[in-house]
Amino acid sequence: MIYWQLLWSFLQVGLFSIGGGYAAMPLIQSQVVTQHAWLTMREFTDLITIAEMTPGPIAVNSATFVGVRIAGPVGAIVATMGCIFPSLVIVSVLAVLYRRYKGLPLLDSVLGCLRPVVVALILSAGLSILKLVAFGGAEIAFANIDWIGAALFAAAFFVLRRYKANPILVMSLCGAAGLGLYLLLG
Amino acid sequence: MKKKSRFKTLRTLFFSMLYISAFTFGGGFVIVTLMKQKFVDKLHWMDESEMLDMTAIAQSSPGAIAVNAAILVGWRMAGFAGMITAVIATILPPMVILTAISYCYEAFAANRYVALVLRGMQAGVAAVILSVVFDLGGKVLRERSVLSIALMVLAFAATFVFGVNVVFIILAAALVGVFSALRAGKGAAK
Repeated sequence: MIYWQLLWSFLQVGLFSIGGGYAAMPLIQSQVVTQHAWLTMREFTDLITIAEMTPGPIAVNSATFVGVRIAGPVGAIVATMGCIFPSLVIVSVLAVLYRRYKGLPLLDSVLGCLRPVVVALILSAGLSILKLVAFGGAEIAFANIDWIGAALFAAAFFVLRRYKANPILVMSLCGAAGLGLYLLLG
Repeated sequence: MKKKSRFKTLRTLFFSMLYISAFTFGGGFVIVTLMKQKFVDKLHWMDESEMLDMTAIAQSSPGAIAVNAAILVGWRMAGFAGMITAVIATILPPMVILTAISYCYEAFAANRYVALVLRGMQAGVAAVILSVVFDLGGKVLRERSVLSIALMVLAFAATFVFGVNVVFIILAAALVGVFSALRAGKGAAK
């Protein structure tokens, strides 16, 4: 049943995304695009774009978006419950014992090993979005390069690294520039 | 009398979290900062070091940082009811906004101009994500730990080249962490 599938998928997202923010992204991609094909890669990228532009955690935003599209408002509630349920249990336990939990060497070691892995997973998710932008969803080949997308990416990356620009501003400018450039040249 | 003050606490908690959640753009760390301003500086519900501990737990537990922080503050202020109140207030704004967007999305994305704007913005999103990876990855490299760098390279190859399920990669990394803690513990005991 679709509700169980949504619940189970987003339970995994909630349980295995550690480190907040972008850590949930590779898990959502894995569940929603790779395993269940609920969204295409382009729709998933739109979802991440929308999640960046609106308030709230990426996981809750994604659960709502996917839930509504797959199974209506009830789907959204089921998926969101799935993604916050592991937190409710685990963090509640920690809230009760939090003084004892501080500085536990086993936990420090596990988190220390997860951190570099999460970076690699985010890199992988970011690259699959870049592939979509620079090759328009086609095979990686010189003939398929979307020059406008590639140029916008390069410009945005430069501005972010060099001037520490506000990400929402950079994305908005990319949207405006994209509209202009694709209309004129595309 | 006591019942009334408890209701007041819950109400303040609800509207504070609702407000913070509705107007926080950009990630868990921003929301934790705003929660500190509200609950520590303005309402004096807890002190700064307690908020720092909560931030550490919220960050190192599974799930979204904002939701985790809401659970902790909720428990601290009003027990189980407080936890439920804080979590509902935190997830309500993004759920309402994204539900509305989901219904408009098909029509939106079918519009030629909107589709072009979204396409441009995707280039920006790719840049934002890879820029974050630069910052985080730089931190890992600066630790100069062979284990960390090896894990990073292996995890990248596993997911990007071989398409291994992300859940297995995370479980494997957690296991490596358990083993290296056990080995370090043994070494210290000797």
